[in-house]
Amino acid sequence: MAHYGGSIRIDPARCEGDMACMRVCPTEAIRVRGGKARIIESRCVDCGECIRVCQPRAISPVTDSFADLSRFEYKVALVSPVLYGQFGPGMMPERVLAALEKAGFDCACDLTLACECINAAIERFVRNHHGPRPLISCFCPTVVRLIQVRYPELIEMILPIESPKETLAREIRKSKARDLRLAEDRIGLIYLTPCPAKMLDVIGHPGKEKSDIDGVIAISDIYRTVLSLLAISGKRESTERTQLSGVGMNWAILGGQTAFLKRENCLAVEGLRNVIRILNDIEMGKLRDCDYVELQSCPDGCVSGCLLVENPYVARARVLEILGRLGERPRQSERELVEFCEKGEYFVDRKLSAQLPGPLDSDVGRAIAKIRRFEEIRQSLPNINCGACGAPSCTAFADDVVREEAGLTDCVFIALQSAGWRIHSGDPKVRQVSSVETNSTMGLRN
Amino acid sequence: MGEEAVFWREFTVEGGDFYNAGRVSTEIKQCLRQIGLSPATVRRVAIAAYEAEMNVVMYAYRATVRLELAPDLVRLLVRDQGPGIENIELAMQEGYSTATENMREMGFGAGMGLPNIKKNSDRFTIRSKVGVGTELEIEVVVAQASCL
Repeated sequence: MAHYGGSIRIDPARCEGDMACMRVCPTEAIRVRGGKARIIESRCVDCGECIRVCQPRAISPVTDSFADLSRFEYKVALVSPVLYGQFGPGMMPERVLAALEKAGFDCACDLTLACECINAAIERFVRNHHGPRPLISCFCPTVVRLIQVRYPELIEMILPIESPKETLAREIRKSKARDLRLAEDRIGLIYLTPCPAKMLDVIGHPGKEKSDIDGVIAISDIYRTVLSLLAISGKRESTERTQLSGVGMNWAILGGQTAFLKRENCLAVEGLRNVIRILNDIEMGKLRDCDYVELQSCPDGCVSGCLLVENPYVARARVLEILGRLGERPRQSERELVEFCEKGEYFVDRKLSAQLPGPLDSDVGRAIAKIRRFEEIRQSLPNINCGACGAPSCTAFADDVVREEAGLTDCVFIALQSAGWRIHSGDPKVRQVSSVETNSTMGLRN
Repeated sequence: MGEEAVFWREFTVEGGDFYNAGRVSTEIKQCLRQIGLSPATVRRVAIAAYEAEMNVVMYAYRATVRLELAPDLVRLLVRDQGPGIENIELAMQEGYSTATENMREMGFGAGMGLPNIKKNSDRFTIRSKVGVGTELEIEVVVAQASCL
C-alpha cells in the first residue's frame, strides 16, 4: 500500500500566494512561505475547502483523467446519486447514465441501490450493537481522517462497513467478467467523485486492503462532456434502467443515512467545524445515549462537494425533486435486504491507525521546555491573526517558530520593532508588541 | 524533575457561561497533544478537566484552572469561588446531583461529574468550604508508552 500522500496538490507555478487557502483551512494545515502555499500533510484532512477558494486554480485534486483509463478493455462508471442533481430541472437519472455511455464508458452503473443495501446493513448493525456509542458514520473520508489525526480514541467507534461504491464495484467486476468472458483486471471500475476526499477510499487509507475501484474522475472534469451529450440526446431514454432507489438517492444530502434508520436518537452533522464540535463532545463522553451520528464534511452533505459544478442549493432541490418521484420506500423487498445483510460481505476491517501530527519534541522533557517557549512567544505576538507571516494564526505561528519552521522576525510587527520602529497603530494589541522590550525578539521573558 | 521540564498555565472559567463551556478543556487537550502525551492520557486529563469546568459553569461564580506539567505527571488545580459543597461524600456518589430540574432537562446534572473526575485521575483531592468555594486537585500519571 502506498504511503499516505493526501488527495490535494498545489501547483507552485500557478500559486499566487494570496493566502485565501491558508485562511479557510479548518485544520490550519497550510502555510505560505516564499510567496507559495504549501500543505502540511500530517494535518490535512482532504476536505477541499482550499480548492473552493483558490482563484488562480493552483490547488487541484489528485484524480485520473479519462486518458489514464485506456489500459482497460471495459470501462464502468460508478455513478453516485450526487451527479443526477448537477443537470437541468426535471433531468431523469436514466438520461445521465445514457450520456455517460456515449461519453466513452462501456457501462454506467447507478449507485442508489447499493446505497440502499448498505443503509439496511447500517440499520441492522446499529440495532444489534452493544459496544460504545454513538457509532460514527464512515462514508465521508475526511471525517475518518479527521478522527485519525485528532481523535484516535474514537477510531473504534467508526462503523465497520464498506462504502456502497465498494460493494457495487466488487459485484460488477464479477458479473461483467463472467458475462463478457474478460479477465477481471481488464475491467476498469471508475468512480465519478464529488470531492477529492473520496480518493482516500481508493488510494489513501494506510493499512487498508486494496480497493476494488481502479480510478477516480472528478465530476467537474467530465461535466462539460456529459452536458453536451445530454443536449443532443433528446428525450430518448433507456427503458431497462428503472431500478433506482429513493433511499439511495437520499445519500446525496445530509441526513440520508439516518432517515432510513427511523430512530430518534441519531444525529446528522454537516460542515467540518461542526463535525469537530460534535467529535469533541463524543470524546468527552457526551452523546452516549445517541445510537448513530452521520458526519459530513461538506455543508448539506455530498451535494456540495468541491468538485461539483452546480450551485449546491439548486443541486439539493433537484435531488429532492428526483427523490419525490422515486419515493422514500426501499426499492428492494425486505427479504432481499435481509438476504444482503446476512451475507455480511460488506464488513471491513479498516485497520485504521492514529495519525497524530508530531509533538514539539520526541522527548517529553524537551517538549515541555518547548511548550514554555511556545507560550512565551504566543504572548509576545499581537494576536490579531493577520497572516502576514504565512501562518493562519499567531498561535500557529508560535508553534512554527518553536518547531524551527519559521523565524520570529517573520512576524512583521516583531521585525519592525526589532529594527527600531515604533508602531502607532490604532489597535492596542499591536501597540503592545511595539512596547515589548527587545528581549521579546527571543520570545523569552526570563 | 528538572526545573526546566515544568510548565504551568492558568485559565479562568466564568460561572454560567455555557456558551464557552468546554473551551478550557479543549485548550488543555491541545497543549498535551503538542507535548506528545499518549492519546489515552490526553483523554483522561481532558475528561477530568471538562467535568471540572462544567461544575464551575453550572454551580460556581468563577474559577481558575491551573495546568501543571512535568514529564511524568499532569496536575490540574481548580479553585472556584462559589457556594461550596455541603456533603462531599454524598457529592462523590454516582447519580447524586443538586442540579435543578431545568438543568437536567438540558442533559446536565446526571450526578457523574465528580465521580468521573475521580475515575479519570490517579490522585484526586477535594476541599470545600460552604459559602466560600471548592478546590480540586487532580493528578494523572503520564503513561510512558507514547503511541508515537
